[in-house]
Amino acid sequence: MADGQRPDPDALLRAAVQEGRGRLKIFLGAAPGVGKTYEMLAEGAARRRDGVDVVVGVVETHGRAETEALVRGHEIIARRAVRYEGRTLHEMDLDAVLARAPRLVLVDELAHTNAPGSRHPKRFQDVEELLAAGIDVYSTVNIQHVESLNDVVASFTRIRVRETVPDAVLEAAEIEVVDIPPDELIERLKAGKVYLPDEATRALGHFFSRSNLSALRELALRRAAQAVDARMLEDVRALGLGGTWAGGDRIVVAINELPGADILVRAAKRVADGLRGPWTALFIETPRAAHFTDEQHARVAATMTLATQLGAAVATVPAPTVVEGIQSFLADARATQLVLGKSRRSRWFELRHGSIVDRLVRDTPDVTVHVLPVPAVKAPRGQAPRRPARWGSPAGYGVTTLLVAAVTAIASALFHILDLGNVALLYLLPVMVAASLFGLRTGLFAGLASSLVYNFFFLPPVGTLSVSNPENVVSIFVLLGVAIATSQLTARVRAQADLAAASARTNATLAGFLRQIAGVNDADAAARMICDDVRRLLGVQVVLLGAGEGGVMRTLAASDPAYRLDTMDHAAAGWAFDTGSAAGKGSGTLTASEWLFQPLRAGDRVLAVLGVASEAAGQPVRADQLPLLSSLVDQAALVLERLRLQAEMRDLDAVRMRDRLRAALLSSVSHDLRTPLTAVIAAAAQLRHGATPALIGTIESEAARLNRFVSNLLDMARVEAGALRLRTEAIDLSDAVTGAAHDARRALEGHDVRLDVPPDLPLVRADPQLLHHCLLNLLDNAGLYGEPGSEIVIEGGHRYGELRLAVLDRGSGLPPGREAEVFETFRRLQGSDRAVGGTGLGLAIVKAFAEAMGLSVEAANRAGGGGAAFTLVFPPALIVRDLPAEGLS
Amino acid sequence: MPAKILVVDDDGAIRRLLRNTLVHAGYAVAEAWDGKSAISGAAAERPDAVLLDLGLPDRDGLSLIPLLRGQGEAVILVVSAREAVEEKVAALDLGADDFVTKPFDTEELLARLRVALRHRSASDPAPRTIRRGELSIDTEQRRVTRGGEELHLTRKEHEVLGVLARHIGRVVTHERLLTACWAADEDPRIEYLRIVIRNLRQKLEAPGPVGSVIANELGVGYRLRAEG
Repeated sequence: MADGQRPDPDALLRAAVQEGRGRLKIFLGAAPGVGKTYEMLAEGAARRRDGVDVVVGVVETHGRAETEALVRGHEIIARRAVRYEGRTLHEMDLDAVLARAPRLVLVDELAHTNAPGSRHPKRFQDVEELLAAGIDVYSTVNIQHVESLNDVVASFTRIRVRETVPDAVLEAAEIEVVDIPPDELIERLKAGKVYLPDEATRALGHFFSRSNLSALRELALRRAAQAVDARMLEDVRALGLGGTWAGGDRIVVAINELPGADILVRAAKRVADGLRGPWTALFIETPRAAHFTDEQHARVAATMTLATQLGAAVATVPAPTVVEGIQSFLADARATQLVLGKSRRSRWFELRHGSIVDRLVRDTPDVTVHVLPVPAVKAPRGQAPRRPARWGSPAGYGVTTLLVAAVTAIASALFHILDLGNVALLYLLPVMVAASLFGLRTGLFAGLASSLVYNFFFLPPVGTLSVSNPENVVSIFVLLGVAIATSQLTARVRAQADLAAASARTNATLAGFLRQIAGVNDADAAARMICDDVRRLLGVQVVLLGAGEGGVMRTLAASDPAYRLDTMDHAAAGWAFDTGSAAGKGSGTLTASEWLFQPLRAGDRVLAVLGVASEAAGQPVRADQLPLLSSLVDQAALVLERLRLQAEMRDLDAVRMRDRLRAALLSSVSHDLRTPLTAVIAAAAQLRHGATPALIGTIESEAARLNRFVSNLLDMARVEAGALRLRTEAIDLSDAVTGAAHDARRALEGHDVRLDVPPDLPLVRADPQLLHHCLLNLLDNAGLYGEPGSEIVIEGGHRYGELRLAVLDRGSGLPPGREAEVFETFRRLQGSDRAVGGTGLGLAIVKAFAEAMGLSVEAANRAGGGGAAFTLVFPPALIVRDLPAEGLS
Repeated sequence: MPAKILVVDDDGAIRRLLRNTLVHAGYAVAEAWDGKSAISGAAAERPDAVLLDLGLPDRDGLSLIPLLRGQGEAVILVVSAREAVEEKVAALDLGADDFVTKPFDTEELLARLRVALRHRSASDPAPRTIRRGELSIDTEQRRVTRGGEELHLTRKEHEVLGVLARHIGRVVTHERLLTACWAADEDPRIEYLRIVIRNLRQKLEAPGPVGSVIANELGVGYRLRAEG
């Protein structure tokens, strides 16, 4: 922190949960005078009463009596006096606080700038050091000091504060909003209860208007709400433009090389935070970008860096025009919001090229366009680019010489009908051809050669290089001038055409890549597609590596199955993965590897490493292909990140679902387990006073019931945990039914059980234990819901090639129209007037197990009514046919 | 002299319950609570049978089976709450004589123990003729009669029934039945065994779902029930 770097939000968050690190609580206010300091002191006092060791690091009381009274109750660390330019400033004595090592320290005004010569330039950096030392900190800040809101506050208060606190600090802190209604604040102001810094006093009337205060208050409340949300959504936060939520907003901010782009980026962050969507800062690289000055390049880079720091993804897209570039990117990224600066181009430019804003608003109907004013700052004029001089090809000189000779021959032949001026005109021809085809030097050469030849052969005195008539000198200069002008013009046109063609190619390539890969929802398929596409586009061998076990990278996909990586290659890949920077041939690191490894990054984590190698020996990627490669790598990273987040969301959903089920299970089961236990305990207590067979019977049957519940619970837990492992083997259904009926004999007591399975029923493939549990539960269910003394039939047979095994009972049956609902977990259908014990798990287990084995289940009322029929259906694939008979003899 | 049983279980309540049950049934009882005490107990007490729990605090009960086997002639009965088929088959393959799943029926446990002990003493081999109600199975003569009337069984049915009868009361794994009754070139498949068992049941038993003579141990094997 001492080097003044911005804190990285992720790092802060991670660090905050580390044991031993202090926690930061921020009292956030809309404006001075809302009572932040008072609130902080009051809460500090409350903590002290709880026995917490609290000290005051620095608090400005501004002479307010209530505040001073509160401060007096605390232990105060004396401030440090700093002499600066003849004044004495009092700063928090950081070392004294660290030496005192309290549990909690109160530090007012987090945005404060320390006196020059202090250890840290900013107070929030002092606080960071306190937190790192394990000391909790309470601090205060006004909303206009929050970095990303700085512009928006300034825009309506017309007061810009220079002291800002990075958003990351707030994001890592607990935030309490100190809120009073605007009217009350104005009252306090009038009563002189509010201390104001000098710069605010000047604009007092304006700053404390009701509308301003309301707006500030809303900002503060929203910021605090976002902080809470941010932490809740941390895991599912979208970092990239790929987005994770189908219906979510994706924000794109288009930036340019002009001053003020940083304001756009901050505005976009607010839009993104408000919509809680991922956002991307986009720079369109038009042919014009080739003429940027160093300063303009630096500004684009700085704006992009700012965007990254504020949590955006960044993209640079080459395109012939800004409008086309933005449009194609919006479509590819499926963006919903676009943030633009109001054009500051000249009227003349807009008349010629049309307004970018107008065209974007008109031509992108699906996207909301935010157009923001950008304060006018005079942009320094770009210098004309200087192109390296080129001497042209020898062939060009040859052709030019021939042309000049040919023109000379023609002119000699026609000299008798042409006058001297027209001859000179003829020489324009080779000059223009040479200049436009072969460049400036060759053009000049043509001009010089033409003028010499013209002079020698045609200008009197013919046969010498001297010029008698000064009029003819002009002809020579015209020829040279034409050469210069023509070559310049054509050179520029050609350069622009080249750039446009290259950009269009790159753009089309990228757009195609994006379009294709945006539809992929499977990580393996995406990895394969990335490898194949990069290979196709760059003509190189490609391999995609991800984190593996024991520090060795795992291959996710490769363009050529016969690829080979040696130890050096693995070292380079590992380096790229660990450090997040390129390694291998053509990079600066581990260049002995034949491969060039580029990290695929999202935020500050590396998702995978893309390795490319030349198919022959040599540099993996030509220098002019590097920008394309890095764009592809960026896009691939976004895709992988999207898939990773999607997978995380799915996992989260599954966990949530499981939690809900678990809660329902607990409530249902606690009743069902306790009831038989109560009976067992009571009966056992009675046994002390002499056993009766009836009581022993109770214990036995209740314990058996408990056992049944427990095994159902275990089964369900196995289904829930996804831990069902099938051990399929051939099973004789009559065998399975006999076994199940034997184990369920207690539940079937009092019923006639009839087995109606044809002796020649084929064997089926199933897991014997899962099938057994299915049958047990079906028989149990029939025993529970069948009328006492009624018959339970187990019926097997064929229908349409399927094999069906049904358990039929005689009873009240199922509510018509809701038969299938019985298979839902914890479902006990109303419709029976008997109190029936059961967790409602049994049939859910039947369904889960049956489906795991590839069977289906059906629930229906018996034909003719008077009972339920539950059927297990074995599809043809699970029926064992054509068993060779010789094995049986 | 009463047979001596070593009860190996880390749970005191289960040990107490088993001791009471076994003493009541006329056995002498020794106890062990972990792998170490089981090995030393088996060496010192020379038990006739070991009731072995698989979930022991110091080591997996499965690994104890070969050690106990190596120490003497004791019958090993696995008494465990583990339901996984693989574990049951592994226990049998390692040399356990039988298994009982917790929670168990004490009557059934005693019956299994009796059967296992009877098999152990060489002087009392499996009975030549097994009678069950109207059914009489003479394994040596390959004669099966019901109500005095001879039943016609195929060769395979005789072989399977023979193996089960020689291990009456004990589970015989599918694997063992298939190796014993099918030659390697006959493509031993569980499908055949299922069909043979089904046919045997149809011939041996009166129709009805409950109380089969041949019990099916799910995924493990078959058992000829010792008593009705």
